[in-house]
Amino acid sequence: MKAAARYWALRQDVPRALYYCSAIAGFGSVVAAWWWLSHSGLVETAYLPPPEVVWHSAGELLRGETLWSDLKISFLRVTAGFLLSAALGVPLGIWIGSFKLVEGFMQPLTEFVRYVPVPALIPILMLLFDLGELSKVMLIFVGTFFQLVLMVADEVRRVSYELLQVSYTLGARRGEVIQRVLWPAARPGIFDALRLCNGWAWTYLVVAELIAANEGLGYRVLKFYRFVQTPKIFVYLILLGAVGLLLDFVFRKMNQRLFHWADTTKR
Amino acid sequence: MKLEVRAVEKTYTSKKGATQALLPTSFEIGDAEFVSLVGPSGCGKSTTLYMIAGLDEATGGEIRLDGQRVTGPGPERGMVFQNYTLFPWLTVEENTKFAFRLGANLDLSCTSSEVMTQIGRANSLLDLMGLNSFYNAYPRELSGGMKQRVAIARALTAKPKVLLMDEPFGALDAQTREEMQELLLLLSRQEKITTLFVTHDVEEAIYLSTRILVFSGRPGRIIREIVVPFGVERPPEIKLTREFFDLKRELLSLLAHDRAPTGERDEMLRKLVARTK
Repeated sequence: MKAAARYWALRQDVPRALYYCSAIAGFGSVVAAWWWLSHSGLVETAYLPPPEVVWHSAGELLRGETLWSDLKISFLRVTAGFLLSAALGVPLGIWIGSFKLVEGFMQPLTEFVRYVPVPALIPILMLLFDLGELSKVMLIFVGTFFQLVLMVADEVRRVSYELLQVSYTLGARRGEVIQRVLWPAARPGIFDALRLCNGWAWTYLVVAELIAANEGLGYRVLKFYRFVQTPKIFVYLILLGAVGLLLDFVFRKMNQRLFHWADTTKR
Repeated sequence: MKLEVRAVEKTYTSKKGATQALLPTSFEIGDAEFVSLVGPSGCGKSTTLYMIAGLDEATGGEIRLDGQRVTGPGPERGMVFQNYTLFPWLTVEENTKFAFRLGANLDLSCTSSEVMTQIGRANSLLDLMGLNSFYNAYPRELSGGMKQRVAIARALTAKPKVLLMDEPFGALDAQTREEMQELLLLLSRQEKITTLFVTHDVEEAIYLSTRILVFSGRPGRIIREIVVPFGVERPPEIKLTREFFDLKRELLSLLAHDRAPTGERDEMLRKLVARTK
């Protein structure tokens, strides 16, 4: 088979270097299209600034203090909401995944709440928790918690029943099976659920900050919009994407590190 | 040690009605016996094993181990499954010693020297299984045969009164299966392990067992009990002897009863050939 044909074989691996090249090409083509569109005169440059203007603006912002303090407060909000979600969601998910009765009690309820669009809860959250930090953290919590609970429960249910059976025949009691078998077996999947959850947390952070805040990445984007500072908006959007990508990478690497024993072909 | 199975039966009920999987079945197993349950698939042999393990509930009858009624799973009835059931996050050594850390097996009256003996025994088992250089390996690094060897070592470290095995070599290739059979033979003779073994492989049953219980097709029941006349020493060449062949023929003819009549099949084959032209 010719090399070119081999690269187009269904789901077959390609050389690593070529894979990275195609990733760079993906980003590159978007930047190229952006550059062309902004210089073509088809779009007002005030609304779509050229890449070089955004680049220049990024330099300015990175040297200043506002961007860093925005990033810091946003990061703290996300982390607080995410940790609260994880601290409550993981144990509850394990409980639901372990006992059918708890599943019956909690799962339909959770599914119901999950389908209530989270932004619709903002007025209630603002009334309940005021306009301070707590309402933002709670929005992130509400946005991620119910999803997380269901995913954790799924991961627990995915643990092979035979692993439970074999531990019973070795003398394990119910509590020991949860602690020594269900939990360790479900850990890689739960960790992956946390990774996804962290991504959603950033989405809800921006939603919260767009509505009521006086600092943070989302708030600043809205402020730039009011003064039509589009290059700065672009800088913040790229920053949000980069932070997401970085956190995702960290989570994946940690997963590989912590759970090196897991059969990675499955995920 | 005595395992008594008395009039144990199993009926599955669903919306479509009741299906009898196992008719009332009774048998006993004594010390150091190696008993195989053989029969066509769906005959209830695995169900019987799961009920003895306490992992499945009988719809009638009772099971007693040394007079104690079986009501659920417990470490005195160890089990090896057909699928690989090692804990993937534990190393070979940790898997083998899993039972040691469980409350049910923590005998407080145990002296530290007794604990050391147990740990020593676990290590000897692993060494005997040819796993001495794999103590720190994780299950995903092991071949299928190795995984089953660890599973056997793990079941035996819990010191079960009876070892239950559900087609443990069913997923292995022919050559590995033969190695495993010899290893198991060696182990059960040396350690005097009482074993109940489910298999559909007639040759495997004869080679390993002191006694074979033959089940009929669904609904299952025991149609024959065969005492295997071979002694403790069983070199692999025994499989080539006249006696072995005769026993194999007898078992195969017992099992063949449940298959579709050959006349019907000839007719079907004739039709297929006619339509292929």
